[in-house]
Amino acid sequence: MGLPAGFDAAGAYRAMVRMRLVEEALVEAWADGLVPGEYHSGIGEEGINVGVVSHLSGRDSMALDHRNTSPLVGRGADLRTLMLEVMGSEDGLNRGWAGHMHLMDPDIPAAADGIVGTSGPLAVGQAVANARLYPGRVAVAFHGEAAMNQGMLMESYNMAVAWNLPVLFVCKDNKWSITTYSAEVTGGDLVERARSFGLAVEQVGGNRIEDVYRAAGRLITRARRGKGPGFLHASCHRPGGHFEGDPIVRLLHNPRGQAEEWGPPMIQNARAKTGGSRGDQLAAVKVLTKRGARAARDYTVRARMDPVRHGRRLLEQAAVDRIEASERQDVEQAVTEVRSAMGSRATFGVSGGTR
Amino acid sequence: MTVMRYGQAIDFALGEAMARNDNVVTWGEDVRLIHRDLLARFGPERVRDTSISESAFLYAGIGAAMAGLRPVVEIMLIDFLPVAWSGIANAASKFRDFSGGRWEVPLVVRAGCGGWYTDGGQHEQTLWGQLSAYPNINVVCPSTPADAAGLMLTAVESDEVVVFLEHQLLSEQWIDFLAGNSRTTVSFDHLVPPDGVEGEVPLPLEPVPLGQAVIRRDGSDVTLVSLGVGAHRCMEAAQVLTASGIEASVLDLRSVYPLDKDAVLEEARKTGRVVVVDEDYVRGGLTGEIAALLLEAGVTTRYARVAVEGTIPFAPHLEYAALPNAERIVTAAKRLE
Ligand SMILES: Cc1ncc(C[n+]2csc(CCOP(=O)(O)OP(=O)(O)O)c2C)c(N)n1
Ligand SMILES: [Mg+2]
Repeated sequence: MGLPAGFDAAGAYRAMVRMRLVEEALVEAWADGLVPGEYHSGIGEEGINVGVVSHLSGRDSMALDHRNTSPLVGRGADLRTLMLEVMGSEDGLNRGWAGHMHLMDPDIPAAADGIVGTSGPLAVGQAVANARLYPGRVAVAFHGEAAMNQGMLMESYNMAVAWNLPVLFVCKDNKWSITTYSAEVTGGDLVERARSFGLAVEQVGGNRIEDVYRAAGRLITRARRGKGPGFLHASCHRPGGHFEGDPIVRLLHNPRGQAEEWGPPMIQNARAKTGGSRGDQLAAVKVLTKRGARAARDYTVRARMDPVRHGRRLLEQAAVDRIEASERQDVEQAVTEVRSAMGSRATFGVSGGTR
Repeated sequence: MTVMRYGQAIDFALGEAMARNDNVVTWGEDVRLIHRDLLARFGPERVRDTSISESAFLYAGIGAAMAGLRPVVEIMLIDFLPVAWSGIANAASKFRDFSGGRWEVPLVVRAGCGGWYTDGGQHEQTLWGQLSAYPNINVVCPSTPADAAGLMLTAVESDEVVVFLEHQLLSEQWIDFLAGNSRTTVSFDHLVPPDGVEGEVPLPLEPVPLGQAVIRRDGSDVTLVSLGVGAHRCMEAAQVLTASGIEASVLDLRSVYPLDKDAVLEEARKTGRVVVVDEDYVRGGLTGEIAALLLEAGVTTRYARVAVEGTIPFAPHLEYAALPNAERIVTAAKRLE
């Protein structure tokens, strides 16, 4: 299969590089203590984000989850105010009220919500409004695979079909839900599940930008024409773990150090005079080693699954170099300005408190 | 006596309760990793990971409690409980009454709550005022490891519904889960109350009764009433007030419901000045409840409240200003002079 019609490989690569650079800058800022709280990066999801967002413009709306930086960057959000918001500045996109989990930009229009599963019903509502106010416009819900066990997301699939709404549900399947392996807590097959609601379904490898572009294009075109809602299942990975500082990533990076911390209390508990049977305890060990092995396996495929690496292969080296240089310059400029606006802040500028 | 950290003390007490009664089980998101010590001791049947399905797994806990188990259902953060609110508002609070008192619901809902560590307005609420509004729902939030262990033991062994809130700022388990020591560039030391995160726990464990407040500091001029991290903020404020010649009592409620009315009234009669410090919303909650209590009892006191007045902002300096910090408590107390 060649590249899909209308697909601009250079533009797509540029958008992915921009997302990656912004995400990396925020991850670094988090490590430097400039980003308060949690940070869930979208590194590894660029292929999905660009492949979908490339089809959106104007009043097409997005309901985002906790990995929302990249879709916003893809829609042209201002890098400076976005980064200032994530760092907790009153000069940020949402005046310091949102932080990275609740970024909102009515001009795009796009809104993120940190409550898992809510992007579905929010997009359904956006689609009802769009159908009435901006005919031809679609609403897109981004969510993870684990969110598909949240009742309200499934209820919103049903509503979208029953009301024949112009909405696209994008499931970014990285196989994990924080430290839980999603398959361990999920019944059946997610694609079949979506199909059984009556959604038009496409399934792609999310690292292959051209495939995401083609599939998302088909579903979005259908939805725009009033032919009903779609479901795009796209595999991806999360090389940085659930959030920065993820305990499983810590374990993979420093198995001995983490084992020294976690091990002794677990051994002490397993040896307690009262407790489960020997069989219970062996089963516990099995559960944990299986999960660790799965995490290690998924971690090692990260290079093979990298959408940016794949996108690079679609271009000539000279074009790659040119795009990377110009995006780097742009993002670095913004990062420098934002960092100098923030200064350094081990206690985030709060001086009150206990000591 | 042994020294424990706050989260460790809770799991220690839960482990004791699980050892005493095979029908005590726990489930919730990521519990097998967060409570790996319990998993190692009791095995995966009694320590279960759930899918992200709060409404179903809370209701399932109610069903299991009525069918003979003693479930400890963990909602990662209390902010996620509203997804499952019907389980509280329509089921856990009602079924004993609907059965004409013939059917108990021995359920513990365990959840993190509270802020000061910059997690934004959807991850830092306490919601304890709203939770305590429903019939038959006990709500506790300990401020020390000893109380944490004692209240968890009581909660599991009680035949009633208990919402057990563990304050996220005090829980080493939560802070470790979030990022552990992966960055040294951020410090919460100026905000973390040392007596809250680590302290002596009596062995064998002593249950702490529901609805029993404790006086953390005795003073004659003003009474500061709170719970959770708020109790520590009151201790900080009391120290500052001493310098101005004001001696404050600090009353740690430990339970929002049942409310230790006698303790509040006794303090109010003694000092004649009450400041309620609440890390929950100012409307429809603990602060109004205590004002009503004082009025109904006919106790003449001066009264002030320090609570959360709106959405908790994300930016650390805005968050600090929005929460009931010691400076706000001192200002309120001084106004009553
Ligand atoms: C209602 C609710 N429950 C739990 C959480 C905590 N939480 C945040 S992200 C997450 C996992 C989400 O997994 P998935 O949907 O697969 O997205 P991913 O993080 O893998 O991209 C959980 C459990 C939450 N934010 N909201
Ligand atoms: Mg996932």
